[in-house]
Amino acid sequence: MDYVVEMLNIRKEFPGIVANDDITIQLKQGEILALLGENGAGKSTLMSILFGLYQPEGGTIKIRGRQAKITDPNIANELGIGMVHQHFKLVHNFTVTENIILGLEPKRGIVIDIRSAAKRIGELSEKYGLNVDPYAKIEDVSVGMQQRVEILKMLYRNAEVLIFDEPTSVLTPQEIQDLMKIMRNLMNEGKSIVLITHKLKEIKAIADRCTVIRRGKLIGTVDVASTSEAKMAEMMVGREVSFSVEKGPSCPGEVILRIENLSVINNRKLKGLRNFSLEVRSGEIVGIAGVEGNGQMELVEALIGLRKVESGKLYLRERDITETPVRNRIEAGIASIPEDRHKNGLVLDFTVEDNLVLKSLHQAPYSKNGLLNRNVIHQHAEKVMADFDVRAGEGPAAIARSLSGGNQQKAIVGREIDLNPEILIAVQPTRGLDVGAIEYIHKRIVEQRDQGKAVLLISLELDEILDLSDRIAVISNGELIDIVEAAVTNENEVGLMMAGVKRGEHR
Amino acid sequence: MKVKLNKDYLLALVAVVLGLIAGAILIAITGNNPLEGYFYLFRGGLMNIQRIGDTLATATPLILTGLSVAFAFKTGLFNIGAAGQMLIGGLCATAVGLSLDCSKPILLTLVVLSAILGGALWGAVPGYLKARFNVHEVVSSIMMNWIAYWAVYYIVPAYFKGQFLETESRKIPAAASLKVDWLMNLFNGSYINLGFFLAVIAVIVIAFILNKTTFGYELKAVGYNRFAAESAGIIANQSILLSMVLAGALAGLGGAAFYVGYASNIQIGVSPSQGFDGIAVSLLGLNSPWGVLFAAIFFGVLQSGKGFMNAMTSIPPEIADTIIATIIYFAATNILIERAWERLRKRKNKGSALKKDLKVDKVGGAE
Repeated sequence: MDYVVEMLNIRKEFPGIVANDDITIQLKQGEILALLGENGAGKSTLMSILFGLYQPEGGTIKIRGRQAKITDPNIANELGIGMVHQHFKLVHNFTVTENIILGLEPKRGIVIDIRSAAKRIGELSEKYGLNVDPYAKIEDVSVGMQQRVEILKMLYRNAEVLIFDEPTSVLTPQEIQDLMKIMRNLMNEGKSIVLITHKLKEIKAIADRCTVIRRGKLIGTVDVASTSEAKMAEMMVGREVSFSVEKGPSCPGEVILRIENLSVINNRKLKGLRNFSLEVRSGEIVGIAGVEGNGQMELVEALIGLRKVESGKLYLRERDITETPVRNRIEAGIASIPEDRHKNGLVLDFTVEDNLVLKSLHQAPYSKNGLLNRNVIHQHAEKVMADFDVRAGEGPAAIARSLSGGNQQKAIVGREIDLNPEILIAVQPTRGLDVGAIEYIHKRIVEQRDQGKAVLLISLELDEILDLSDRIAVISNGELIDIVEAAVTNENEVGLMMAGVKRGEHR
Repeated sequence: MKVKLNKDYLLALVAVVLGLIAGAILIAITGNNPLEGYFYLFRGGLMNIQRIGDTLATATPLILTGLSVAFAFKTGLFNIGAAGQMLIGGLCATAVGLSLDCSKPILLTLVVLSAILGGALWGAVPGYLKARFNVHEVVSSIMMNWIAYWAVYYIVPAYFKGQFLETESRKIPAAASLKVDWLMNLFNGSYINLGFFLAVIAVIVIAFILNKTTFGYELKAVGYNRFAAESAGIIANQSILLSMVLAGALAGLGGAAFYVGYASNIQIGVSPSQGFDGIAVSLLGLNSPWGVLFAAIFFGVLQSGKGFMNAMTSIPPEIADTIIATIIYFAATNILIERAWERLRKRKNKGSALKKDLKVDKVGGAE
């Protein structure tokens, strides 16, 4: 059998854990092999071993049948292995060509021969349908284009085996379609591809075979065409998973949050949000759909009170909170699940119990006259941890850092819901979580809605928005494009709006 | 939490032991007997009640500067300005002591308060600059050290010139001194003074603030993760300013303990070494108030015993300073000690496969 890459019985340990335990994957010439697993299952570790970033403790790697020892990425490059990282490694004020030749600049005498390099890049781009302008500057091109530059970088280095690490997480649905097309082109030209992902839909759409890893162990390799999504999900998680969020129709009540012509300046001193208006009612989930960096962060920070409002007004139950400080807004009933749980959600070096009172500590019963009431804080933590299934080795006294991502997130969700807010602002509430935890958090968010709370959901995962929301507001380039009913729209329509195309404009 | 703390204290002890071993090797290299050297070193610090009093008196300013640095660390700030805060504290204390004339309890209270206020002001400036303009406190507090240095250089000869020497202030009256007769008598005429009790009270107060109050909780939250604290409604800038004010006040009190307690006047052109030693004390004391107390007393023993060691043997007194320096190195690199420890344990565990399998089950974030 002609395998291009074989990783046989790979074992990799990190202090305290075995990241890869006796894992074998085999990649055939000209196929797309999906590597499926939850976060923390060991997918990235395995691919980092193949790319020479880690050394395995055991097992062998064979490239085209010959045993190889890949001690650093340069060797991987020489063997024709290339990797598109989840976070691109590009110099922003360089052109496409300059980025691609970085490290192996072609020279004529002592000057860099940009022109011939650009010509070759143009040819490669055409051959694989990448549609990249070799002279464009990275900062001027879209994220999807940047990804294609990363792909070109590998092709320029004559890579035969391409590893894609979660490539679709930064793309719009249309860009994902384009990427799929590119991957098929690459396959047809004889390249072999490993696709690291936890999205089953993509695997179904493009991969030939799928290797599933769970908790560092190999579960199996299946033929994608003859295996259902549900079966693959079960292999990944270890139990049956329900995909669809169960929720009844919404019964929206009075307006809880009113955003009126809101404009906010972003970190680059530009208007990150322009004349944004939106109402969120009690008993409904309003989703904000948009590609990353289109004003969502500015909107959230303005709502929470971390960013100054340039113009416009914010009302919570018709009370003007435009100038209200963060703490008073929390007391007025704004709860928020932050996008980055490590940066904004938790004090990682505090215990879980201390984190669970981060927003309410200054109030009775957690403190009186400035003195902490440890017993109450502890009991509160035990209750929230039990209610929200937060698992920690040492219970409430565990350091937050020692918890798994899912448990950290559940702790935050528990803390915020426990505030009994008027409105829950959930930003990427399931980012980086496994299917089981996602299911749980979605259920709790819908539960909040059913209890008559207002929920504002901001997510980059379009599926999450479509599944959870009652209404969807699409944001692009800091502007509200449109608001649609979730029941009557579809991925395609929202996807187009995310790219800035208003309804009725296309076709 | 408990288990982890114990491990940390163990590591600090390992640092001390390793430092002493390194010192022993040095003593041996100078051709002396290490055991004899250590015998006289510790005897010099602890042999009788008067020596113990001196040791505590030496440790007093270190407790306070160490506490100042440790408190700032806990709240996410690096107070490298303890020397300047201490100097200004001492200047204020001396100035009040020399200028006012009233009964001892009142005068002493004013002396101590002025030192605290002076130090607090010296901490407030970097704190404000950090909060308002994001100026790094290391830079601004080093600059404040020099301002304090030259302020003393100007003010002491101009207003409080000594009787014989231009380079130091007049001696403060007994009424303004933290030394009291009953205490000196109790310790057979040692230097020990009320400053030691103020330092212990400060340790208790800071431990209380950090562990039992919402104020301390918020300061720590800002220190560990400013963004999370801000998202939770804590005003980080206010916390930063207050942290530096308190840290400065502690070092200022240390200035009183040194200049109107241990000594009885202030010299110009000398930046107190306790300011920077406080960083070492804080490091060895794991930034915890009680840890600082013990680390400072330990350093006090070495400091006050080194003279005796020098007198009784031919070991140079610099060896004691070298030991302190080595201990600090080991304390600072205790992550290496921890790693070596883990490796040793792992090798031990490899024999029993069962134990290892148990560990394997704890699969967490592998990516």
